[in-house]
Amino acid sequence: MASRKIIQSFSAFVCNIYLPGFANGHIYQGGIKALCLPGLNCYSCPGAIGACPVGALQSALSGTVLRFPFYVMGTFLAFGLLFGRLICGWLCPFGLVQEMLFGLPTRKMQKSHFTARLCSLKYLLGIGLVVLAPVLLYAAQGIGEPAFCEYFCPAGTLEAAVPLLSMNDDLWAAAGWLTVWKFFILSVFLVIMVFVYRPFCRFACPLGAWYGLFNRQAALGIAVDEQRCTHCGQCAAVCRMDVRIAGDPECISCGACRPICPEHAVYFRKLWYGKNMAEVNKN
Amino acid sequence: MKKGLYLIAVMLLLAGLYRGEEQMVLKKAVTICLECIGIG
Ligand code: SF4
Ligand code: SF4
Repeated sequence: MASRKIIQSFSAFVCNIYLPGFANGHIYQGGIKALCLPGLNCYSCPGAIGACPVGALQSALSGTVLRFPFYVMGTFLAFGLLFGRLICGWLCPFGLVQEMLFGLPTRKMQKSHFTARLCSLKYLLGIGLVVLAPVLLYAAQGIGEPAFCEYFCPAGTLEAAVPLLSMNDDLWAAAGWLTVWKFFILSVFLVIMVFVYRPFCRFACPLGAWYGLFNRQAALGIAVDEQRCTHCGQCAAVCRMDVRIAGDPECISCGACRPICPEHAVYFRKLWYGKNMAEVNKN
Repeated sequence: MKKGLYLIAVMLLLAGLYRGEEQMVLKKAVTICLECIGIG
């Protein structure tokens, strides 16, 4: 869908619109960075004008004082309730990177029972590295660590480490084994992204895992009219994500299955259409 | 149920703002995150 590509590109541009940062190797320091962006976008990307929600959550759970992160959790909940994984499909800059690499003309790996099972990994990574590890490290050593950012996140390596290390000699001098490890993870993902559709999104993104929990309730996004659906499975068959049916927790609301459904049961939930979508969808 | 969740989201945000947590997010976001770039 061309409109989706345009919105994804526009979102990536707006989220990283502080262009001088890319020229001088500094990051944006304006007050609006107190707001979390909806998608995975490292706040140390030189162009980023907002905070990464996953980074902000870990940061709140790390440090020398352990407090419940009301503000960040409120943001997480609000984004989930409003958009669900529509954010992944339409707004997340790292989702766009994955789709661009997948667009390279090579043989592609199809989804399978194995990839469907691998989707659970993102819940484990989210609970383990984003929530438990910072808290347990705090309990063990009196100071927590943002384990997902520190040991795993390839978006941070791509969006922040690559530009900042290449432009800042002091940071480059401080690089060590952890840097090597993070670049290794990034390289693995970049290669897989060429052959597998959105591998980070499907198997590893804690943000996608969280937003997916709200897919069926979100104000906006893909939904299925249960009265029309015959459970024929055609939406799942055409979908590149590991959905069982359109609109389930793995669906990123890309809309590709909408014209495929023989019953016209797949529709975009829109705030102003209210509840009865069946009539709208007939057309 | 959905309305209740919206209410919880608003209350969490207000509680966070009341405690000045957005300033903690800002403080973290305007400093280069050494962990994110693999040297922290
Ligand atoms: S293609 Fe349409 S009818 Fe078939 S399972 Fe999906 S939503 Fe239901
Ligand atoms: S189920 Fe449909 S809308 Fe959802 S990700 Fe798959 S193709 Fe896109």
